[in-house]
Amino acid sequence: MSQEVDGQKVDTRKRKFLIAATSAVGGVAVAGVAVPLVMSMLPSARAKAAGAPVEVDISKVEPGMLLTVEWRGKPVWIVNRTPEMLGMLAKHEDQLTDPKSEMPQQPAYCKNANRSIKPEYLVAVGICTHLGCSPTYRKEVGAADLGADWPGGFFCPCHGSRFDLAARVFKNVPAPTNLVIPPHQYLSDARLLIGVDPATDHLQG
Amino acid sequence: MSALQKMMGWIDDRFPLTATYKAHLSEYYAPKNFNFWYFFGSLALLVLVIQIVTGIFLTMNYKPDAELAFTSVEYIMRDVDWGWLIRYMHSTGASMFFVVVYLHMFRGLMYGSYRKPRELIWIFGVLIYLALMAEAFLGYLLPWGQMSFWGAQVIVNLFAAVPFIGEDLSIWIRGDYVISDATLNRFFAFHVIALPLVLIALVAVHLVALHEVGSNNPDGVEIKKHKDPVTHIPLDGIPFHPYYTVKDIVGVIVFLMVFSAILFFAPEMGGYFLEAANFVPADPLKTPEHIAPLWYFTPFYAILRAVPPLFGSQFPGVVAMGLSIVLMFFLPWLDRSKVKSIRYRGPIYKIMLALFIVSFIGLGYLGLLPSTPVATIFAQVFSVIYFLFFLLMPWYTSIDKTKPEPERVTG
Repeated sequence: MSQEVDGQKVDTRKRKFLIAATSAVGGVAVAGVAVPLVMSMLPSARAKAAGAPVEVDISKVEPGMLLTVEWRGKPVWIVNRTPEMLGMLAKHEDQLTDPKSEMPQQPAYCKNANRSIKPEYLVAVGICTHLGCSPTYRKEVGAADLGADWPGGFFCPCHGSRFDLAARVFKNVPAPTNLVIPPHQYLSDARLLIGVDPATDHLQG
Repeated sequence: MSALQKMMGWIDDRFPLTATYKAHLSEYYAPKNFNFWYFFGSLALLVLVIQIVTGIFLTMNYKPDAELAFTSVEYIMRDVDWGWLIRYMHSTGASMFFVVVYLHMFRGLMYGSYRKPRELIWIFGVLIYLALMAEAFLGYLLPWGQMSFWGAQVIVNLFAAVPFIGEDLSIWIRGDYVISDATLNRFFAFHVIALPLVLIALVAVHLVALHEVGSNNPDGVEIKKHKDPVTHIPLDGIPFHPYYTVKDIVGVIVFLMVFSAILFFAPEMGGYFLEAANFVPADPLKTPEHIAPLWYFTPFYAILRAVPPLFGSQFPGVVAMGLSIVLMFFLPWLDRSKVKSIRYRGPIYKIMLALFIVSFIGLGYLGLLPSTPVATIFAQVFSVIYFLFFLLMPWYTSIDKTKPEPERVTG
């Protein structure tokens, strides 16, 4: 392919090839330079290292009380559930999205009716699975603003999601899944370690 | 030849100063029938300048550090001479920017300013609006109050709802697993450098495109169709300077009176311009009792909340919210009416536009309230109307009974 420009023969095919080749090489260079810029926005080595486990003394958590501790910058709740609270859990399973904890929102050793290692202690990440607000602990049964059938649990002030005292989500609320149970283990009766799974032999016992 | 003329000649040989001045001001012919609604473009430019200037001075004392940010804002408010004024100018300016831009966009809807040949002006305008929303959102994290923190937490988590890549995407945006110092620092960088550059560039192309095709007017007829045979100046056009510069000065004065009244008497505007919970330092362990975005985001927030989760994911709500803005880009091609201006449109468009405005304001109001079942139903109805305004537009604008457009503007 060639055409006359100002009385000279111009090879337009060659021209088009050179333009395409130059653009392609330039494009690759731009993409190459963008990689370190984009990667620099990922969590830094320091941010990654900050996820150390947290040890908590739970001897002062009275029955019915909630203690909030910080783990990886997030609130983690420890609730000492009373026998009455535990008794309520089985009664409203038909109102829950995932009563049997089928979705992987907890370690295998907490996939049980109470979503916990010890029945009384609920350990959960206090971040709503909808858009990340921290729900409020509302243990009073039948609270006026939450309805007469409120069994006690957690209410998210942002978008109205509801969770029971095993941190399981109710149906027809914005949050799609149960709250996350973090990996945790008991070092003794009074000491809880959040962020580390129990040793495997402990699990089998 | 005076010394001044000589100097202008010297410059014009090297830079098109006089030519630029003529093309954009003294010989830019705008329709002579501009009304009240044509104040808001120049006012938006004024607010942009206010935001840039006050922003520069705030940056001199602000510290983008999670440990220091909140106290540095209080330091500006209490210890820096006139710091309170500069900060309140910036926060009031943010809200007033949206007031002015919403009115400017409404003008476009009324008079069909987005129609051919002004599609690109409209598209650049929607991009400006998007950049402005990003700028406002990023800036709201900087005071590092409770609303800053939890607002950013909610919005960044919207990205986490994207299937498959969402979680990694939100971590990349935050630079951490939670909103943290890394997030604050990068939001600061975007707020003071990246987005202002984008905004200024978009405003420039918005104006270049406008001056290329010429301004629309309340009659929606093209003044370039009837030109003086000798001078080729549109018969219904008047030079922007001095006619509209003088008119705009009146608008600027009234605007600055309103602006100052807010600035000096109600800078927090009862919690609508600066929310009460933002006077409490960010606490990652405790969400405020009631969180709501600032008023200018609430229509979209209400759409987000109106969509229930489907298939165990809140992504549909996020898509609906995104779509509510993306649809604006297609407006020039959705509108099939024979006329541009509402003056010559039939009753259907007028009713649809009224319903749209009621829905938009209704959504804005609902977005401020806590979520209740009744409010959710209202939000769902308003959301449907919002979307139908766009999606049914090709149909209702083509069957609507229009009146004939005049040949010339009607004054």
